[in-house]
Amino acid sequence: MSDSVASKVVEIIARQAVLKVSDIDLEASLADIGIDSLGMVEAVFAIEEAFDITVPFNANDPDANTFDIRTVRSTIEAVKGLLASKTS
Amino acid sequence: MITGQGTVNALGNNVAETLDALQEGRCGIRKLDIPDLERLTIKIGAQVQGFSPEHYFDRRQIALFDRTTQFSYLAAKEAIEQSGLSFAGDLAVDSGVVLGTAGGGTTTTDENYRVVYEQGKNRIHPFVVPKLMNNAAASQISMAYNLQGPSFSVASACASSNHAMGQAFNIIRSGMATTMITGGADAMLCFGGMKAWEGLRVMSPDACRPFSCGRNGMVQGEGAAIFVFEEREQAMARGAEILAEVAGFSMTSDASNIVKPNRKGAERAIIGALRDARIDRQHVDYINAHGTGTMINDAVECAAIANVFGDHAKRLMISSTKSMHGHLMGGAGAVELLACIMALRDGVIAPTIGYLGPDTECALDVVPNEARKAKVHAVLTNAFAFGGMNAVLALKTG
Repeated sequence: MSDSVASKVVEIIARQAVLKVSDIDLEASLADIGIDSLGMVEAVFAIEEAFDITVPFNANDPDANTFDIRTVRSTIEAVKGLLASKTS
Repeated sequence: MITGQGTVNALGNNVAETLDALQEGRCGIRKLDIPDLERLTIKIGAQVQGFSPEHYFDRRQIALFDRTTQFSYLAAKEAIEQSGLSFAGDLAVDSGVVLGTAGGGTTTTDENYRVVYEQGKNRIHPFVVPKLMNNAAASQISMAYNLQGPSFSVASACASSNHAMGQAFNIIRSGMATTMITGGADAMLCFGGMKAWEGLRVMSPDACRPFSCGRNGMVQGEGAAIFVFEEREQAMARGAEILAEVAGFSMTSDASNIVKPNRKGAERAIIGALRDARIDRQHVDYINAHGTGTMINDAVECAAIANVFGDHAKRLMISSTKSMHGHLMGGAGAVELLACIMALRDGVIAPTIGYLGPDTECALDVVPNEARKAKVHAVLTNAFAFGGMNAVLALKTG
């Protein structure tokens, strides 16, 4: 389950960054791999659609969000957290 | 001075294809290819053919570009490439874009209403607002070409692009900018767009036959036409090819009825454009009419022309190319400007096709069914919108 979540999130981010999945560094920030603020909003939308979750993300102040979207890895963990709270 | 032109419409995906169709009197109206067509009473329109967004745009652009923006963007590209201009330094600061569109992102609105109302979803794509806003196409073109001067969109229903091109003309004339990308676009051929128009009961179920006996209404089209307007001195100094000169512009309001046209409002707009252009009435050779194909528009427009031009009304030619490319709403005046420029440059008057025979209320030379060769020096192009907003441009050979 966890691996499939990770691979799906990486796939969404790669698509947004117009990169191959194999080129995504888990420690990179989304900005580092070329995702701008509009791309961030679109990636959050794609994550919500893919996992049927609501992501607490406010584009006014991305740094203040409880949903940690700073790096690829933190995004994967945040999605896993939301899925866990959804099932519990 | 007009130094570039571009278009995407039902007659062609560029200017050359469109002019060929206008000269041949080819009709772009056919059965629509849209979802839920079976629920529509009116099933025809002038739809852009063979258009695949993926062929022209990347994924991000498609996510942000409504069909109206897509058509506008490609038409602007063709026009700017023809002009040979490249926007940097002072030229970028002194250049802008003003486009007319009645509906803006109508297809985007329609698609997303389906998502929230029909599919019951509570989440929509985050770019719906920047995609559907009325100024989206103008903004995307300003970003793509680094146009940093005055830019905005104009909405006055079926007169939007004539109003927009009039603004561009006045902006250059006033010295606010030296170069303006201008024209208009609309793409309302979707279920919701067609359903709304059906409600007014002014749509023809079979053909657009302006000025003809037996005419039974208008037919919607879609697409864009965009032009490069340049200050005379700049165009001359760089040796640009001049396609035509915008000589005058006028706009009036009927101030009388939200849908019914008023002869006096139309007359004042025509007279105003002639006065502004300093063109004598007897020197006007051709008028590209608003000519929607409704009983009342065509009769009122012919009466206005007859009143303004007197005896000369019988000698000048008028035609409505909406019979071929449909009514592009906010994009109508822009596509029709292509026919005006063709008349001035090539000496070919685009016909009014679908003409079955004369109507006593439209007893003028409407160039029925076949294009005509003629030497043309001055032309007018009319747009008389719902809401009684009239905008007329006068053009001369450059």
